[in-house]
Amino acid sequence: MTLKGKVWTVGDHVNTDEIIAARYLNTTDGKELAAHCLEGLRPELVKQVSQGDFLVAGENFGCGSSREHAPLAIKEAGFSVVIACSFARIFLRNAINIGLPVIEIPSAREIKEGDLLEIDFQKGKIRNLTRKVEYTWSGYPPFLQELIESGGLMKWVTRKYIGSD
Amino acid sequence: MNLTEKILARHSGRRKVAPGEFIEASVDLILANDVTAPLAIAEFEKAGARKVFDPDRIVLVPDHFTPCKDIRSAEMVKKLREFSRRYGVRFYEIGRAGIEHALLPEEGLILPGELIIGADSHTCTYGALGAFSTGVGSTDVAAAMISGRVWLKVPEAMKLVYTGRRQPWVGGKDLILYTIGLIGVDGARYQTMELTGPAIDSLPMDDRFTMCNMVIEAGAKNGIILPDTITLSYLTEVAPQKKVTLDWPGCEADATWKKCLEIDVSLIEPQVAAPPLPSNSRSVREFAGQRIDQVVIGSCTNGRLSDLRRAAAIFRYGSVHPEVRAIIIPATQKIYQQAMAEGLMDIFLKAGCVISPPTCGPCLGGHMGVLGKNEVAIATTNRNFIGRMGDTSSQVYLANPEVAAASALKGRIAHPEEVLP
Repeated sequence: MTLKGKVWTVGDHVNTDEIIAARYLNTTDGKELAAHCLEGLRPELVKQVSQGDFLVAGENFGCGSSREHAPLAIKEAGFSVVIACSFARIFLRNAINIGLPVIEIPSAREIKEGDLLEIDFQKGKIRNLTRKVEYTWSGYPPFLQELIESGGLMKWVTRKYIGSD
Repeated sequence: MNLTEKILARHSGRRKVAPGEFIEASVDLILANDVTAPLAIAEFEKAGARKVFDPDRIVLVPDHFTPCKDIRSAEMVKKLREFSRRYGVRFYEIGRAGIEHALLPEEGLILPGELIIGADSHTCTYGALGAFSTGVGSTDVAAAMISGRVWLKVPEAMKLVYTGRRQPWVGGKDLILYTIGLIGVDGARYQTMELTGPAIDSLPMDDRFTMCNMVIEAGAKNGIILPDTITLSYLTEVAPQKKVTLDWPGCEADATWKKCLEIDVSLIEPQVAAPPLPSNSRSVREFAGQRIDQVVIGSCTNGRLSDLRRAAAIFRYGSVHPEVRAIIIPATQKIYQQAMAEGLMDIFLKAGCVISPPTCGPCLGGHMGVLGKNEVAIATTNRNFIGRMGDTSSQVYLANPEVAAASALKGRIAHPEEVLP
């Protein structure tokens, strides 16, 4: 799978309250959540994003609450991948569980807003077409790769535990 | 192996586990609340599941927006209620419940050595009882309700050794705020924080809950304290029928740590964490003079009986400053009753505080004390992120109950000793 898109950037320690504030958590509707995605940090961003764009962050992206509404809002807002120097652990597992691709590379900070990227998941290559730089990414550990290839946690569990029911 | 690794090994049918390994572990208890359970229930139903793996091991606690703040939150709690009726899982109705992380231990539902997951980041609280306990997402809960299992990566471990004697007005909250300040909001990312040392050995149970509660603010997967006589006497009170013993081998000699940190608690003054990160913690003295509009004493971090006792010990010396409102939130129905019986509520009411029913409410800017533009709060809660308690221009300072109470009386951030007669 190869994805191409434009980059929007945020900084370090972006927390789940900034991604989707608790006052909007009285719904589980992805589209509604998406309307307030990153409102606490960049209120205009959600109106500027085009389907398939990439969100690029610094360290510890998604720290704070366990709300799955956070990756859900990002996904529904149109972002196809989140790239960060590092992710907070609950955000990471939530993203993987709901099928929002996340890529952890230490050099994420070198990617700037407006850059055009091409991501080749098979080869683990991220090409910055604007800056003519290429980054490699070692991919997911085998267990997570299996989860992702199954189509997410629910499909994996369904096959394993309900399939024979 | 360390304590966390031992519990993970036992729950995944292995003799040994090592950091970095992925395991599928059996869960002893699964928790979700009114914000996270509706998503989990939707996923459970979408998967076509017809039964849960064990109704006794699933607990639903509506605590975030309850008593329901609007029609939509009422509809969400309704989903929990209906799911509980259909599948027989535990559901704690308001009036017989409280904030999940105060409630579950109080109900005797958490035992040492158990493995608990909850769709709430502060599920790490139960490590205070020597359980492995961690926050996960709604889909994790949906999957675990079907399978009784959860996928986990065995975390690396950080050992924290607390030595020395605590200064007056210093409790678990100050120790953990200080620690987060030391290592940063991602200082323990993906790791377990094992809290040890003589200052932990002498730390009361409520303070241990407060410390483990906030390890997530350092990015940790879990916090854990080896069960001891303090744990045992707590469990004997809340779960006498379970006959818990202390047959704990302790950490094996071959336990490996990614990092060991010794912290002399005698050097720690009451801490305040400035917005927008819990790691911005320094001595309360450095913030003296910061004006405030609101004080919140409660939450899964500091809404327990001893927290209310500490706050009352300050409020008896005066009244809430005319330009400040103070909100007291007992974390559970039982804590509320005990506080009443001890006369604490009288002290709060006479001082001009308002007492809220048990709820997470203002901690996450949900209801029952949301901040307006540019307002400033000092709270015994756990997060001071931008917009956490209301408008994005509002600010939250984190502190222990005595500092919060003293600040309520002074109308500005204050050291408790300032209000003593």
